[in-house]
Amino acid sequence: MAEPSDPNAPWVTPAGMITVALTGALFLFFLQYLPVVPRDGAVQWVWDWIPSLQVRLSFWLDGLSLMFALLITGIGTLVMLYAARYLAGHPQYNRFALYLFSFMLSMLGLVLADNLIALFVFWELTTFTSYLLIGFSHTDPKSRRNALQALLLTAAGGLALLAGFILIGITQGTFELSQLNAAGSMAEHPIYLGILVLVLLGAFTKSAQVPFHFWLPNAMAAPTPVSAYLHSATMVKAGVYLLARMHPSLSGSDVWVYTLTIFGAVTAVFASFMALRQTDLKQTLAYTTLMALGTLVMFLAGSSGYAITAAMTFLLVHSLYKAGLFLVIGIIDHETGTRDANVLGGLARAMPVTAVAAGLSGLAMAGIPPFLGFIAKEVAYAGALTMAISWFVVIMGMAAFALMFAVALIVAWKPFFGPQGKLPRTPHEGPWAMVLGPITLTILGLLAGLLPGVTAYYLVEPAVAAVMGAPDVGGRLKLWAGFNLPLLLSVLTFALGFVLYKVHARLRAMLADLEARAIDMDASWDVFLDRFMAVAKAQTRVIQTGVLRHYMFATFAVFALTVLGTLILRPAAAPVLDFTGIGFVEWGIAALIIAGTVLVVLTSSRIAALVGLGVVGIGVALIFIAYSAPDVAITQILVELLVVVLLAVALLKMPHLDRTGTQTHRPFDLGLSVLVGGVTTWVLLRVTNLPFDRRLTDFFEASSWTEAFGRNIVNVILVDFRTLDTFGEIAVVIVAALGAFALLKGGAKQPQDDTPAATKEDRG
Amino acid sequence: MNSIIFSAGARILVALLFIFSLFMLLRGHHLPGGGFIGGLLGAVAFIVYSLACGPAEAKSALRASPEGIAAVGLGIALVAGFVAFFFGQPFFTGQWYWVGGDSYETSIFSLNTVLVFDIGVYLVVLGSILSIAYAFEEET
Repeated sequence: MAEPSDPNAPWVTPAGMITVALTGALFLFFLQYLPVVPRDGAVQWVWDWIPSLQVRLSFWLDGLSLMFALLITGIGTLVMLYAARYLAGHPQYNRFALYLFSFMLSMLGLVLADNLIALFVFWELTTFTSYLLIGFSHTDPKSRRNALQALLLTAAGGLALLAGFILIGITQGTFELSQLNAAGSMAEHPIYLGILVLVLLGAFTKSAQVPFHFWLPNAMAAPTPVSAYLHSATMVKAGVYLLARMHPSLSGSDVWVYTLTIFGAVTAVFASFMALRQTDLKQTLAYTTLMALGTLVMFLAGSSGYAITAAMTFLLVHSLYKAGLFLVIGIIDHETGTRDANVLGGLARAMPVTAVAAGLSGLAMAGIPPFLGFIAKEVAYAGALTMAISWFVVIMGMAAFALMFAVALIVAWKPFFGPQGKLPRTPHEGPWAMVLGPITLTILGLLAGLLPGVTAYYLVEPAVAAVMGAPDVGGRLKLWAGFNLPLLLSVLTFALGFVLYKVHARLRAMLADLEARAIDMDASWDVFLDRFMAVAKAQTRVIQTGVLRHYMFATFAVFALTVLGTLILRPAAAPVLDFTGIGFVEWGIAALIIAGTVLVVLTSSRIAALVGLGVVGIGVALIFIAYSAPDVAITQILVELLVVVLLAVALLKMPHLDRTGTQTHRPFDLGLSVLVGGVTTWVLLRVTNLPFDRRLTDFFEASSWTEAFGRNIVNVILVDFRTLDTFGEIAVVIVAALGAFALLKGGAKQPQDDTPAATKEDRG
Repeated sequence: MNSIIFSAGARILVALLFIFSLFMLLRGHHLPGGGFIGGLLGAVAFIVYSLACGPAEAKSALRASPEGIAAVGLGIALVAGFVAFFFGQPFFTGQWYWVGGDSYETSIFSLNTVLVFDIGVYLVVLGSILSIAYAFEEET
């Protein structure tokens, strides 16, 4: 299952080294804020982007963002270096480096964004780039399928999130997170529940909470460095980040507490059992990630200093050891050719450095002192005791931690010191570029545990303050907190975990049996997609007839009926027809337009009909000239000219209109035309009957010259006052052109299977 | 169309039309014209040329693919919007630089992002219409 990698291929390539260097530089950039943020508080960068829509590009670096930013760039640097070696000689390595780097930047944007809209954009960017990364082995159908599953699930959650954000923006009057959080909880607002559900949908799909969990283990189809990065500190933590980030404004209600506690606890315990059940080490780690995400969500339910400190400490610990362990599994896979827990064993002799890294990461994961993992567990128990339904949190937490202890032994102990099975390849130590990552991360985890005061001051406490929305009394991170209830719970956890490890082989068989009987969410997903496709196909067959006349008929009918409905539902005084001031010229133009229309309707030649349409268009242009709108008139004439010329070119090759053929549709067409014409006339009469509102006209007349230095008001509006609209329009022009181009070019390549049918019809 | 008179006349007409389209683009800020109209006129010029001499020759006269021109146009328009960003102003705020003075009246001429944006519009319209037109002509 190891990705192709040639041990002799050069791995120091420009793409790899540039991405490593840039990410490293970003890490150093954020590192300089490490002393600043705890001392002076948050740092903010703001650019006004579209002030009229309240869209700003604003970045906000507080304790929480800083911790994430350091994890993202720090682990990112190590993972990119690792990937350069891991995928050395891979033909598409450059593409991979680009994807990974783009993902890193999106993730960084996500955790730094202060504006909800910007955050959403970065959120979707991570979805999209992770899709490319998970589906990197795109020749493998399973890999493509799993990538698509992750994309669809998280993007669907993303849409819910956007809806939630917009509701927040409307109800709170701002999209800025810093202002929202400063305003405090919005739990009293009448639509709070709706907002919460939408935001939680986004967070839970992204962070793979049960029942949206199944995409995460499937996402292991990605190359191992991707799994190490996405599932340790980044992608899946985005949901957790969001919950932490919005904690001050969204928490403070019972719904928040119970929803997060229950979903988090169920996910954590379910995932721990699933982790024990796996034999593929990478799958085992995937489920322990799920367990960590569940635990984090569970602790974010609380609002006490202990609960939040537990969440933040555990987040830090988990990012460090999980990235390290994933990278270790990658090395094992790379060097032995297998990831099967039943086969692997006794690797410590062949790979001593990797074994040390794995062992230390495993100890951190198991929560053994003096690792930060131990402290995290102590704080977690202390936090659990402060929370609502604390007995539930403590029991679920202990189950998860004990299972994790067992899994840590399986992942980090057994492959290196357990009995050795038959390996596909003779193992030897991994190259330094790959070993560097896990070793560094492990040492950091150990140091963070040995110096709890430093970790707390620089990382954990600022993050906790950011989540709580207020500076919090710290001093919770201690290696030795005395004999108390949390310590007792810790000891109990170790005992339980050790027992679980001893019986894990039997337990695994039991779990496999149980799993076979439970509902398979992953298979249900496929069924759901199939049904969805079937519905889509069925409705397409009904709606998309492929006959142009039907589309035109439907479009015009909908237009006429909706406008007619509005006109009837909103009655006004009957408009007065006033023909004063309409002279010979205007009547002449009207006659010209009518003559053109009659020609179009009655002629049997396509070209003549086209010319008739051209006459109508020119008539309209003449009206513009008569009422002194030269810009519009010129555009109209040019467009008419182009349409006539282009269509003439196309129509030259087509047969005459067959007026003797089926004519049953003609009465319907007549009825529709009369309806559309009548409704349009009625609307225009009602509009012109109102007094003319000169406010906009006056504004543009007054400011066109003074503010935009232009005398042609129409053009000034287009390119200065309403540039964003124009930009949207030209983007539409391009899309339309590409669509037409694709239709014309694509149609030529298809076999012309409709020709015989047409011929038959002609004969009939 | 194989009319010698048309193809001979078209060569002159095309050049005039094209220059006229640029003229319309540039004068648009004060007088009727602008990027949309200019782009349409430019497209007319090349369509006339392709009717006279065939799409292949018209395409080579354009020297770039119409889709590419349209895409570059959109890029230029976007860049014009980003300039304001560097002066700390909202997206798409017009930026003016007066050459030889400090206001419209005292300067000889001005460099501004509004015209840059209009050039983008011109290229988008030109490229989009030509890409459809050429596809049409090659089809038939």
